[in-house]
Amino acid sequence: MARLNDDNVRLAHEIISRYPRRRSATIPLLHLAQEQDGYLTDDAIRHVAELVGATSAEVLGTATFYEMFKFEPVGTYLINICGTMSCALMGAGELMRHAEQTLGIPVGGTTPDGMFTLEHAECQAACTEAPCLQVNYRHRFRVTPADLDRLVEDLRAGRLGAEIPPHGTLARVRQSIPVESAAGAVTPEQAGAPAWFPAKDPA
Amino acid sequence: MTATENAGTPPTDDAPVPDPNAVQITVNGVAHTARKGQLVIEAAADAGVYIPRFCYHERMTPVGKCRMCLVEADSGRGPAVTVSCMVPVMPDMKVETESPMAKRMQEGVLELLLANHPLDCPVCDKGGECPLQDQTMTHGPGESRFVEEKRHYEKPIPISDLVFLDRERCILCDRCTRFADEVAGDALIHFISRGNTTQVMTFPDEPFASYFSGNTVQICPVGALTAKPYRFKARPWDLEEIESTCTTCAVGCRTVVQSSRDELLRSQGVDSDPVNWGWMCDKGRFGFEAVRTERVTEPLVRTAHGLEPTGWNAALRSAVQLIEDGKLAAGPSAVAVIGGARGSNEDAFAWARLAHDVIDTPHVYAQMGDGLPVGMLAMPRATIDDTAAASTIVLLGPDLKEELPVLYLRVRDAVQKRRVRIVEFTPRESGLTSLAWKSAVYEPGGQVEAVRAALADPEIADQLAAGPVVVIAGRSNLAESSGATVQAVQTLLAGVPGATVLPAFRRGNVVGALQVGMRPRPGGLDTRGILQAAADGKIECLVLVGADPLADFPDTDLARRALAGARRIVSVDTHLSASAQHADVVLPAAAFGEKSGTTTNLEGRVTTLGRKVTAAGTSRPDWMIATAIARGLGTDLGFRSVDDVTDAIARMVDGYEGVTRDALADSADGVLSAPPATIAAIDPVEVEVPVRNSYDYRLVVTRKLYDAGVTVSNSPSLAHLAPGQRVHLHPLDVERVGVQPGADVRVSSSRSAAVMRVEADPTVLRGTAWIAFNQPGGNVGDLIDSTAIVTDVRIENL
Repeated sequence: MARLNDDNVRLAHEIISRYPRRRSATIPLLHLAQEQDGYLTDDAIRHVAELVGATSAEVLGTATFYEMFKFEPVGTYLINICGTMSCALMGAGELMRHAEQTLGIPVGGTTPDGMFTLEHAECQAACTEAPCLQVNYRHRFRVTPADLDRLVEDLRAGRLGAEIPPHGTLARVRQSIPVESAAGAVTPEQAGAPAWFPAKDPA
Repeated sequence: MTATENAGTPPTDDAPVPDPNAVQITVNGVAHTARKGQLVIEAAADAGVYIPRFCYHERMTPVGKCRMCLVEADSGRGPAVTVSCMVPVMPDMKVETESPMAKRMQEGVLELLLANHPLDCPVCDKGGECPLQDQTMTHGPGESRFVEEKRHYEKPIPISDLVFLDRERCILCDRCTRFADEVAGDALIHFISRGNTTQVMTFPDEPFASYFSGNTVQICPVGALTAKPYRFKARPWDLEEIESTCTTCAVGCRTVVQSSRDELLRSQGVDSDPVNWGWMCDKGRFGFEAVRTERVTEPLVRTAHGLEPTGWNAALRSAVQLIEDGKLAAGPSAVAVIGGARGSNEDAFAWARLAHDVIDTPHVYAQMGDGLPVGMLAMPRATIDDTAAASTIVLLGPDLKEELPVLYLRVRDAVQKRRVRIVEFTPRESGLTSLAWKSAVYEPGGQVEAVRAALADPEIADQLAAGPVVVIAGRSNLAESSGATVQAVQTLLAGVPGATVLPAFRRGNVVGALQVGMRPRPGGLDTRGILQAAADGKIECLVLVGADPLADFPDTDLARRALAGARRIVSVDTHLSASAQHADVVLPAAAFGEKSGTTTNLEGRVTTLGRKVTAAGTSRPDWMIATAIARGLGTDLGFRSVDDVTDAIARMVDGYEGVTRDALADSADGVLSAPPATIAAIDPVEVEVPVRNSYDYRLVVTRKLYDAGVTVSNSPSLAHLAPGQRVHLHPLDVERVGVQPGADVRVSSSRSAAVMRVEADPTVLRGTAWIAFNQPGGNVGDLIDSTAIVTDVRIENL
């Protein structure tokens, strides 16, 4: 159980300062927490709530809406096998059964070594390339059971490290926005009429 | 130029002035004049047409969540499906609530709502008073086409100590979550897992511990939320009810008290527009449990073996004898009466007549040394509505959330919805600090200086000059005399001409008791004076009318010495309180729900109390006991019924002329009384606050909603919610004492020393120590010296 570490708290304050309202930073901060721990711990949610000035229940309510936020430990590699129409017709069912056997876990489970989590997913917008899957949200197209075995082997051996970062990674190069380059956002109450808005006729 | 002249017709005197706010609509073909901006669902209600609804609640923002209120409305572009709780009326709008299209929509929505709703009405607490059940009958299709398995969840799960959630029954109307966020400000429940599995839930291990959680049970339109004290206790059709007023605190929320088989089972809030808007706090809602717990059911008289039960005649004779003996020993002013704030106006009036006219003592007081002088009532008074309509509210009193919870809701609403600004002076952060425009945290005794500094601040001065200012004034700290607060209020009123005062007196009917006569006559002592005199052996007979100085008077040591020093003690009480155990005679009094009458809230509003159940044992209303004692002393007060007393108050008490039984019967919201002219204004006060030794901490003692008082400790559902006694210090001060938070420390004052746990609390000002009053096992009262301006304590590592 972990709150955000010092570096991430610094980054969190920087992110919060980009928004006119603290609460607007909720989702970016949840991503930050997920990057730190691989999933959202209760303590991290509590910490985000403190940082944005909301209750933990409100932050949990927002976070649980999003499929990509996880609330249980997730393996280093999250494999999502699509099961929607095109993929189903092209053998996604067999692929899933094969994956369960290869990894030795049921769908929804995580391998004991913490390397893989296997999940079912809805359409991944690659119907022409069915059946498809995603590893940490990176596509793999027209996957045969043999392809899957090779993929798992490569991931275990760390051969795809350059292509597929561990689950939760947001960016490998951290950008920094200097204060003077920030958009200068203001709250809706403070914002005047936009420049293109026709001015009221003084008469 | 008026509209009539514009139209070219000659102006006539009797031509109706067109109302700019009127909007002409038709509802089911009948013409109706609605108000501009009014929602269709409200306008239809005014026209006598009920549109079914689940999520819509007139005291909360509409969200259009349940879709039950769909109607067919034509505002000029043809009939359209319209969510009537979200759309305001438009000119010439034609609303159809019973057309084939409207009916089809309503039936469709209900069928979908029922798809996953269990049909367990026979075992559901809501069955019989359930909007879903009722509206299924009136607006539903009659039959379901859903044959599949319904959704299943673990049920019920506790979401707080008082509230249980059954997610299968929930229809996701957003009433409870909206209430928690919008009204109570405790957004501890929220929609989780939004999507196909949306459910109301708390964060793990963070229960819905709101002081207002019971309201969600009342407004839940299905049986999803149930309250622990009422679960499976009764069926709605077995309940009898009567409207009454909650007397737990001085806000005076209107309530309906319900019983079955002569036992109080439930209180529900009633929407009284000038007071509580239908809300209640959990202490007021569930505190009725104390009425049936550990009551004194028969008179007790002290014998060689302690307090022994006896009959009323013998007990009344003993009480009369004690009072007469007291008078004989040292004259009428050796008799003193404390109390009356827990009962009705009638109880207080009868006791005031007995004390002043029959016993003839000047020493009578309804307050327990934890309020402000009675002269506060003579200040220009504001109502709760005035307060909510002010442009600035100045807080110079207790934490409203802890002491007057529903007033807190009204003030919170005024800030959030009406943008009223709060200028707060407080000895520690309060429930309203986060909403305050300016908040000055002062060291006890420093409020006068804080007020002066605020008045000198041009920004604050401009705000105070901008419009109506209401000062909510009360006792913010029990470890400090009331002097500095009174001086601060006087300073403020001198600086802000036209400001009015809402007295934040706390105890149930304290304003009523003071106004109808439970206050000292010239030369009479207040409660501290009476207790001091008793401690000095000058009180021959002390009468406690529902008063428990050992628990409620801030200076416990003085209370203890007073009870030891008073030669004779008569106690009239509902429960055998710590003080009543010292009495020579205990007369059992009828409690809330067991007697009728009237009560006065903090703004002076008089409302009725309802009698729903038989009084416990042989207990009697206080007014009846006073009348019987007066008769024993040879005077007939002339009261044969409670109505006689109500009439006598209207006839004899200055300020209550309009408070007749007829007027009360005509007005659901009660009748405003005025403070009697005989209550004198307080002379200007000058308090010399001693300087604090830098090694010491200035003590702040305040009440929490849940304490060791009679109501909470005798309500099984509430008793364990009292947080217990800790000393709260600023984290840096905890470090200075040299202990870890959670360790035991010694807290010592000039009076006594106590050992308690220390808490690191950043809401406490440096150099001050905050301790909650009258907590279970607590002894902070031992530290307080009620004769001192402020109490300083030393805090040491053990």
